[in-house]
Amino acid sequence: MAKPYDLRRYPGFFGITILCLVILYAPLAVVAVYSFNASPSITIWEGFSLRWYVDVFTGPESAKFKEAAWNSFIIAIAAATTATVIATLAATAVLRTGKFRLRTLSVGLISLPLMVPEIVTAVATLIFFNAIAFERGLMTILFAHITFCIPFAYMPISARMQGIEASYEQAAMDLYATKRQAFMRILMPLMMPGIVSGFILAFIISLDDFIITNFVKGAGVETLPTAIFGAVKQGIKPNIMAISTLLLAVSILMVAFSWLIGRRNQVEGR
Amino acid sequence: MPQDREIAIEVQNAVKHYGTFTALKTISLSIRDNEFFTLLGPSGCGKTTLLRMIAGFEDVTEGAIYLYGDEIDRLPPHKRPVNTVFQNYALFPHMTVLENVGFGLEMLGKSKAEARARAGEVLEMVRLSQFAARKPSQLSGGQQQRVALARALAPRPKVLLLDEPLSALDLKLRKAMQVELKHLQRETGITFIFVTHDQAEALTMSDRIAVMSEGELQQLGEAREIYERPRNVFVADFIGDTNLMEVTVDKVEGSRAQCHLGGGHKLTCDSVDGIGPGAKVHMSLRPERLFLSADPVEAESLSGTVRETIYIGTDIATVVELEDGPQFTIRSSNSTRGNARVFEAGTPVAVNMEMGAARLLVD
Repeated sequence: MAKPYDLRRYPGFFGITILCLVILYAPLAVVAVYSFNASPSITIWEGFSLRWYVDVFTGPESAKFKEAAWNSFIIAIAAATTATVIATLAATAVLRTGKFRLRTLSVGLISLPLMVPEIVTAVATLIFFNAIAFERGLMTILFAHITFCIPFAYMPISARMQGIEASYEQAAMDLYATKRQAFMRILMPLMMPGIVSGFILAFIISLDDFIITNFVKGAGVETLPTAIFGAVKQGIKPNIMAISTLLLAVSILMVAFSWLIGRRNQVEGR
Repeated sequence: MPQDREIAIEVQNAVKHYGTFTALKTISLSIRDNEFFTLLGPSGCGKTTLLRMIAGFEDVTEGAIYLYGDEIDRLPPHKRPVNTVFQNYALFPHMTVLENVGFGLEMLGKSKAEARARAGEVLEMVRLSQFAARKPSQLSGGQQQRVALARALAPRPKVLLLDEPLSALDLKLRKAMQVELKHLQRETGITFIFVTHDQAEALTMSDRIAVMSEGELQQLGEAREIYERPRNVFVADFIGDTNLMEVTVDKVEGSRAQCHLGGGHKLTCDSVDGIGPGAKVHMSLRPERLFLSADPVEAESLSGTVRETIYIGTDIATVVELEDGPQFTIRSSNSTRGNARVFEAGTPVAVNMEMGAARLLVD
């Protein structure tokens, strides 16, 4: 059914689409493909091999990468969990307490960090830790990550909560549930897809962060991104491609998981 | 305060302000035990606000609300033994029908088994037993409506509040639900407070109706009383169809008043207190209490010309324009037994009225 003004019929539509997709995904595809290269070269294909994956786990740099990966995951899980709890409470406070005078300002303050250039936040956070004489290390990374993860967790959670009419909780309270029971039995389950999305987004953002981490980390403390950056400075080896591909796989798995949760809920809800 | 077991809900001088906006201006009314009571009015008249105040979702700015003699207006919703059927049903989408219906009892601390048993019983009552294991999203609008009803009835509330519960249903289903609701009310013996903007629905279902407008109670009474003896222009105009026009009073004799219309046409009306000769007031004449004839049958017949005939199905409406006067709508039953004659547009006719059909109104 071709409509007369169907966007797909504009000249060049197909070409532009392909161009955008190539620019977006070709580098990722190249990295993923060459991570399976048998050659130590990053440009010449010499056949399929898992040697660089083996190198990541057992090679000379493996200890460094393992520790960095461990740090990254611990920080990402801790930061995403804390940020999700804070964001859930913030969304409840902003959206479930009626209209209050500073509501717009509150929402603005929560989401502003998304607009602030990351380098500014990084410098400011560093200066702050220095000012209070907080020794740099894993803890400084964790605190910084919790902070910048909050707005990312807040967005899907508040979007979901806005879609849940107040009448559900009112119905629960009308049916003799206390405020707390209404929150736990009704609002929380209905918000779960938003909370899961918020957590996953925060997790990926934290896992992936380089700029702020690089500023606030203590000497000798590395996360995966800073470790990769350190390794790349010595020259790009295919093991970096293997690590990158693994990270990419983790991201894809998380997003797929989030999508499945959302879809299941869509089928159930309304 | 009121201890009468006959009074389910007593609203005393209830006022509701939202900031500078006044949603309710000092309302007082008593809702009797075991009554189907309707709050009727156009949107924004304060009917839903009043209902939500009884449920506990809105606080009372001034005044008090009693439930069988106990003051409830300061209690949170979960401490009031009343339940609500919400306009959008608000069924919990993550729970099955049975869990939805049993929720209230569970929150009251009943055992799971007891809650399930009672939920099953109420589902039986609304004929939905076979859907107990479904999610609300798997039901039709009418079925969801009945689940909402079952959920609110399950904890055996002292009063059931219904906030325009039928407005999302199509006409046929709505009519069926009206009858079902009325039956349920009689069966359970629970006092129903029903909010609607649909006057026909209110007339069909209610024992008594409170007509509201702009935050004020306009009239409270039985359906027949509201329809046949509207107290003011708003009620006459809002309930049913009517010919509403301005008349000048010539003479008052007891409960009857001699009046004339704009064109000088004379007619006798049922009067109300406080109206004297010379007063310009409104008069309401229901279209079905007028009938047409080719020649005048009474001294007071009004003569005019047919402008339009509208076929309604059950009825035929005829619009008649009086000589240099106003237009009247006359409704006659579309039955073969009656002598209802259809007059073509342009025919001269006489408009006749039953005794006491014309009523004077205060503004």
